[in-house]
Amino acid sequence: MTDNAVTAPPPKRETTSLIYDPKVRSIFFQVLTVVVIIVSVMWIAHNVSSNLARSNTASGYGFLNGRSGFDIGQSLIAYSSDSTYGRAILVGFLNTLLIAVTGIITATIVGFIIGIGRLSKNWLIAKLCTVYVEVFRNIPPLLVIFFWYSGVLAILPQPRDAIHGPLSTFLSNRGLTFPYPMWGEGASAIPIAFLVAIVLAIVFGFWQKKRQMATGKQLPTGWICAAIIIGLPLIAFIAAGSPLTFDYPIEGRFNLSGGGTIRPEFVALYLALSLYTAAFIAEIIRAGIKGVGKGQTEAAAALGLQPSKTTQLVVVPQAFRIIIPPLTSQYLNLTKNSSLGVAIGFPELFSTGSTTLNQTGQAIEMISIMLTIYLTISIVTSLFMNWFNAKMALVER
Amino acid sequence: MKKTLLSAAIGAAVLGIGSAASAGTLDDIKAKGFVQCGVNTGLAGFAQPDASGAWKGFDVDYCRAVAAAIFNDASKVKYSPTTAQSRFTALQSGEVDILARNTTWTISRDTALGFNFRYVNYYDGQGFMVPKSLNVKSALELSGAAVCVQSGTTTELNLADYFRTNNLQYNPVVFEKLEEVNAAYQAGRCDVYTTDQSGLYATRLALSNPDDHVILPEIISKEPLAPAVRQGDDKWLDVVSWVGYALVQAEEFGITQANIDEFKNSTNPDIKRFLGTETDTKIGTDLGLTNDWAYNVIKGVGNYGEVFERNIGQGSPLKIARGLNALWSKGGLQYAPPVR
Repeated sequence: MTDNAVTAPPPKRETTSLIYDPKVRSIFFQVLTVVVIIVSVMWIAHNVSSNLARSNTASGYGFLNGRSGFDIGQSLIAYSSDSTYGRAILVGFLNTLLIAVTGIITATIVGFIIGIGRLSKNWLIAKLCTVYVEVFRNIPPLLVIFFWYSGVLAILPQPRDAIHGPLSTFLSNRGLTFPYPMWGEGASAIPIAFLVAIVLAIVFGFWQKKRQMATGKQLPTGWICAAIIIGLPLIAFIAAGSPLTFDYPIEGRFNLSGGGTIRPEFVALYLALSLYTAAFIAEIIRAGIKGVGKGQTEAAAALGLQPSKTTQLVVVPQAFRIIIPPLTSQYLNLTKNSSLGVAIGFPELFSTGSTTLNQTGQAIEMISIMLTIYLTISIVTSLFMNWFNAKMALVER
Repeated sequence: MKKTLLSAAIGAAVLGIGSAASAGTLDDIKAKGFVQCGVNTGLAGFAQPDASGAWKGFDVDYCRAVAAAIFNDASKVKYSPTTAQSRFTALQSGEVDILARNTTWTISRDTALGFNFRYVNYYDGQGFMVPKSLNVKSALELSGAAVCVQSGTTTELNLADYFRTNNLQYNPVVFEKLEEVNAAYQAGRCDVYTTDQSGLYATRLALSNPDDHVILPEIISKEPLAPAVRQGDDKWLDVVSWVGYALVQAEEFGITQANIDEFKNSTNPDIKRFLGTETDTKIGTDLGLTNDWAYNVIKGVGNYGEVFERNIGQGSPLKIARGLNALWSKGGLQYAPPVR
């Protein structure tokens, strides 16, 4: 810390006072900063605890084991009003993860397409992509969410007049209802086969690379891996005697009962966050590709590489190094923006957390829990992306 | 060493702040010159800004009555619109002095949340509203319905309990703000709207076609709506409770905003005590107010019946019947302890 301040030894002058000694000054300001931070933290902690005592509010985390008493519309795990507050928060946490993961994947794909499209030599495609970026980048995400939510609600019909899609699916303003797969006996072989297939595909990838290094010959790796990953579980499925039945939705008095439903709240939040973040990712991609020197493309052309191979083998790998760090912050933004789902009633972490806060009145405890969880999600994402970045970074030999 | 010095300094600082804040809510209010009142963000009849931006409603009039008792000026109120979620934190943190926001008095709010309730200004119960086109006659037919509800309310909990007890399935559609719940119901996102019955009447009025919606007969809960204050300030609790009782007592006496001056020379000892015209009375000073506080309250906002009819009763578009909120002498539950 102090090293950079003391690059050169101070000139020996008998008259110099301590104030002008950079080393002393540097230490003084660092000590001062630490003291200020400690004092503020202690002051806040003390103030909170004395205020809590004065307002006769119960404190502690014991309430997490209490019966929640409220229901949640969408849950990835079993949950009822008999479950605990802790489980309600877990339901919200999983819903946040669901939105974050699906949103990040979609935003990345759309962002790539738009970003590359903006660089296209085709005038219409380039302009369309520019319009997309400028529109979504300049609207607050909350408005985009409301746009999709109101849009979805206003356009779709009531469940009684639901649109009948293929394969017994129904589309109404209650969401997309579809036959829900019910796995029978022996179905556990399928995910096992899937895992095995992934391992096989990775092993094949390494072998292929080694082979290419040795012989210079290429195999259609992508197709072969896809065949393994799809084929193996399929074989397992048939071998287990097709243990699959469907729970078909039935039209009830009010709603469709049975089957699975993708609720409009999820769809609105997912679309809004994906498309909003995609605009930023598109710009990052464009910057990354533009950031690769023109000399690189020309050198590739001089070596006789086709334009598609140039993009794939020369431009994209180098662009990645520029793209990944800002991409990380977009992923974090998307994850954090998922808390806006509370506005349209999507039960993500902030929503179930604040309902819990309200039913128990444990404001400080609940906010500390939510802070910790968001912080953990973000730090884990950051760590992963930093690792990925380090892997992609230029290794100097 | 350094640390102990520091914590001593901090302790002194916090102590200073603590003693300043614990001077008593009533004294703080007198010093700042207005009552900070937590109200609903917008519920027709209870608390809603009118076209000119002035707050109007049943709960708003209660806040005005408190201001009238303290300052002899019902307009010395500042309003903080609070959502179902933000209301308790607003009161706990001291952002508002009193929470008059259709808040149900429950044991956990009274104890664990650190609030105090005493005077119930509206006896309510939870009900259901459905579109007429669904042809539903009873809440027991609602199995499988999607239900719109505001999060963080007792309504949300009663709903879960009611459907569970009656073995009915439902699909909760939960929003934080009342406006969002209304919009979702209007858009047909859910089949049923549930909240306190008073709220259902108010909400139905705000729909584009109120006649197409029907409120089901079932009342599934007790919802005593009461103004809340922070625990640990009994003097302030006394003031806000007695302002409420004064409204009820005035109706019982037949004293209204219009005729109150005729009662000033009344020889009825009960009324003399109530209006503070008795000699050597301490009826107001013991509360920390002036002796004519009850006079100022009624002069400022009228009696309970007037406030009710003006905002939510026959004088309003809501036309809610007095029902449980009639005086005890007329078969209702509104009852004020004796002023003596």
